[in-house]
Amino acid sequence: MAEFEPKIIAFCCNWCTYAAADIAGTSRIHYPANVRIVRVMCSGMVDPIYILKAFEMGADGVLIAGCHEADCHYLNGPLKCDAMFEKIKRVVNILGLEGERLRREMIAAAEAPVFAELIEEMVKQLKKLGPSPLREGVKV
Amino acid sequence: MEEIKTGVYICHCGLNIAGTVNVEEVARYAGTLPNVVVARDYRYMCSDPGQALIKDDIKNLGLNRVVVASCSPRMHEPTFRRACQDAGLNPYLFEHANIREHCSWVHDDRQIATEKAKDLVRAAVRRVFYNEPLEIKERPLNPNVLVVGGGIAGIQAALDIANGEHRVYLVEKEPAIGGHMAQLDRTFPTLDCSECILTPKMTEVGQHPFITLLAYSEVEEVAGSVGNFKVRVKKKARYVDEEKCTGCGVCEEKCPWKVDSEYEVGMGKRGVVYVPFAQAIPHVATIDKERCVYFLKGKCRACEKFCDAKAIDFEQKDEIVELEVGSIILTTGYDVFDSRRIPQYGYGRYDNVLTGLEFERMTCAAGPTGGKVLLKDGRQPESVAIIHCVGSRDENYHEYCSRVCCMYALKYAHLIKENTQAEVYQMYIDMRCFGEGFEEFYRRVCDEGVNFIRGKVAKVTDVALTEGEQGKLAVIAEDTLLGGIIRVPVDMVILCPALEARFGAEDVAKLFTINRRADGFFMERHVKLDPVATATEGVYIAGCCEGPKDIPDTVAQASAAAAKALSVISRGRVVIEPTTAQVNEVLCQACGRCEEICDFHAPKVISKDGLRVSSVDAALCKGCGACAVVCPTGAMSVRHSTREQINGMVEALLEV
Ligand SMILES: Cc1cc2nc3c(=O)[nH]c(=O)nc-3n(C[C@H](O)[C@H](O)[C@H](O)COP(=O)(O)OP(=O)(O)OC[C@H]3O[C@@H](n4cnc5c(N)ncnc54)[C@H](O)[C@@H]3O)c2cc1C
Repeated sequence: MAEFEPKIIAFCCNWCTYAAADIAGTSRIHYPANVRIVRVMCSGMVDPIYILKAFEMGADGVLIAGCHEADCHYLNGPLKCDAMFEKIKRVVNILGLEGERLRREMIAAAEAPVFAELIEEMVKQLKKLGPSPLREGVKV
Repeated sequence: MEEIKTGVYICHCGLNIAGTVNVEEVARYAGTLPNVVVARDYRYMCSDPGQALIKDDIKNLGLNRVVVASCSPRMHEPTFRRACQDAGLNPYLFEHANIREHCSWVHDDRQIATEKAKDLVRAAVRRVFYNEPLEIKERPLNPNVLVVGGGIAGIQAALDIANGEHRVYLVEKEPAIGGHMAQLDRTFPTLDCSECILTPKMTEVGQHPFITLLAYSEVEEVAGSVGNFKVRVKKKARYVDEEKCTGCGVCEEKCPWKVDSEYEVGMGKRGVVYVPFAQAIPHVATIDKERCVYFLKGKCRACEKFCDAKAIDFEQKDEIVELEVGSIILTTGYDVFDSRRIPQYGYGRYDNVLTGLEFERMTCAAGPTGGKVLLKDGRQPESVAIIHCVGSRDENYHEYCSRVCCMYALKYAHLIKENTQAEVYQMYIDMRCFGEGFEEFYRRVCDEGVNFIRGKVAKVTDVALTEGEQGKLAVIAEDTLLGGIIRVPVDMVILCPALEARFGAEDVAKLFTINRRADGFFMERHVKLDPVATATEGVYIAGCCEGPKDIPDTVAQASAAAAKALSVISRGRVVIEPTTAQVNEVLCQACGRCEEICDFHAPKVISKDGLRVSSVDAALCKGCGACAVVCPTGAMSVRHSTREQINGMVEALLEV
């Protein structure tokens, strides 16, 4: 049987982490292809519904990544994202998902290598955890 | 509802995409997706024929949705939106899939990359299904420009705009403009005197009818967006009435207290009430409150007694100035690396170890030594070592090259040869003399008999090992050309410290919501193609706040930033981004959470036809979406980032 390949959905803010992923590309910094990036304008725009939808659809990991506090294009987006994250984390635990499946990171536009390393690390960790218990059409 | 007809275009980008992704297969696959009526692949979608494919299909096949899978939307989304618009399709009915930066350039397995590209295309096709046409409105703009930082970059930008007869507010935090250039003696490679070329420009700024100079001032708050920024500036109290002060200097003369002069980098003194330097603009005195004995102990007021103009005003208060501008140019410059951070070079411990800036003041005819190159004890040096790359090209401090040091080091060698009989040693890693006239200047200095030693200096010490080192400083370095450790005894050492991001650059970046690079300097929108724009529309950067550079490059960038601002002004209108929040009034419960969370005061709960609902002021809304997240009923959403669009992508990405 082929090795388990986790699926990761990464919500990346347009100004910082999405740009970091772009620069990873321009600089040809390779990372595992398990990640699918969804562009959002701000990490503070990520609705808990999106996270639950991703897990419901069988994502093995979800990443929410955006600017550091000081870099936010909209002043305080990262703080708002943090507040949302604290709440949704609890819900995710209640659903029986391991905490490691949901990550919140701050990656500035200049930190392309950090982005690549993070994906590498997440994939490694998720391979250890195995497929999400919510896969196989288990509905939330 | 009208039938959705989507056209999908897969770009080869030469071999950039097609080299890794099987683009034909992706196009074939796209053709099988719901609502897709045409799917093509093409060599360069951004080229004119590539765009013509889209335009023709819109006209001939009646497409009402378009997806292009190519590079990053941060690169070409505007291009394809324009193509759609040209063919009569609302630009927001376009969607971009990033299969280059996020796929072909970061993966090498052809099959895996092709599968990922298919996923990304499927997600874009799903998203575009939910896209809605958005109305693009324009509004008039304010033609005034704010320039922050009065070094040569800010001066040049301000003059270019003001000469076009537009109002410029030039904000400088120090008592006078000029920045680092005002401290330089002569400038490489032509050796023209810095003062002589800078002073006329500073005077012009001071007298220009279209420039409002706010010196000794700082920006405290910025609101609004391109075309209509509102800026709060704090004009710090000088305790001197600028209108009355004639800059005669009597107050400074009579001030009984003397402190180190910042302008002379500690090599000269100034009064506690002072005019920073002879050509200072504005040419008025300032009381250094922190060190003024009257403010500290309540007694003195000597300056007041001797001021004929009655300009001293101990009651003066900080003043808040509110400005309205359409664009902003940041020219906040750089700091010089603190050489004490490399203790083995002995700066601060040995009298005759100087920094570049100190040496500039020393060779300046109006400087503390009257232009003579002298040791601390008043002798002329018989030998001088110039150490390059202090804190630059050094992974412990700054990895980057500071770009100006090689050239000013050559300038110093020339000036030392001109003024003294001293032997000069350049201790360099590489000589980088790349600008106009630079290589020629390098040759000239070589011919003047200067010694070049290639290697990184390990240490400067006053511990003499030989007779010849007695009373001197020994510079210990590895000579990488000879392949051995050498010791060079000299009387004077000049360090060339790195140019680094200014202290507080982080706060400035936050204030104007722009990004910084890992090295701390302000980040441009695109390194090559948009070097003076930033992530924030209407905010431009120029000079050393963007990275180390010499005066010619600084001036060129300043003029470029001014041209950007002038082009905004000459267009006369700005587009209002339609991607703002909207309220579904049927669902809204008027709970006010949107109002609470918004940092821009865009949503407000109002009474409408007797009902309480939230209402969004589109002019204030930035489209960040925080309100939609906290809205408990789903009434609030952001146009072009709706739940349907984002959930649709998530679903599409995971459904196979
Ligand atoms: C030792 C040395 C020698 C050099 N010799 C040469 C030479 O011979 N030839 C050459 O071409 N180049 C030379 N350079 C480089 C030259 O100094 C720079 O190219 C030039 O000064 C850059 O100008 P700037 O306006 O970008 O920055 P700066 O000169 O640093 O000016 C920035 C200005 O902004 C103000 N400011 C900062 N923050 C704020 C804020 N938040 N609000 C308001 N105002 C603010 C500062 O007070 C300052 O006035 C030399 C540099 C050094 C260190």
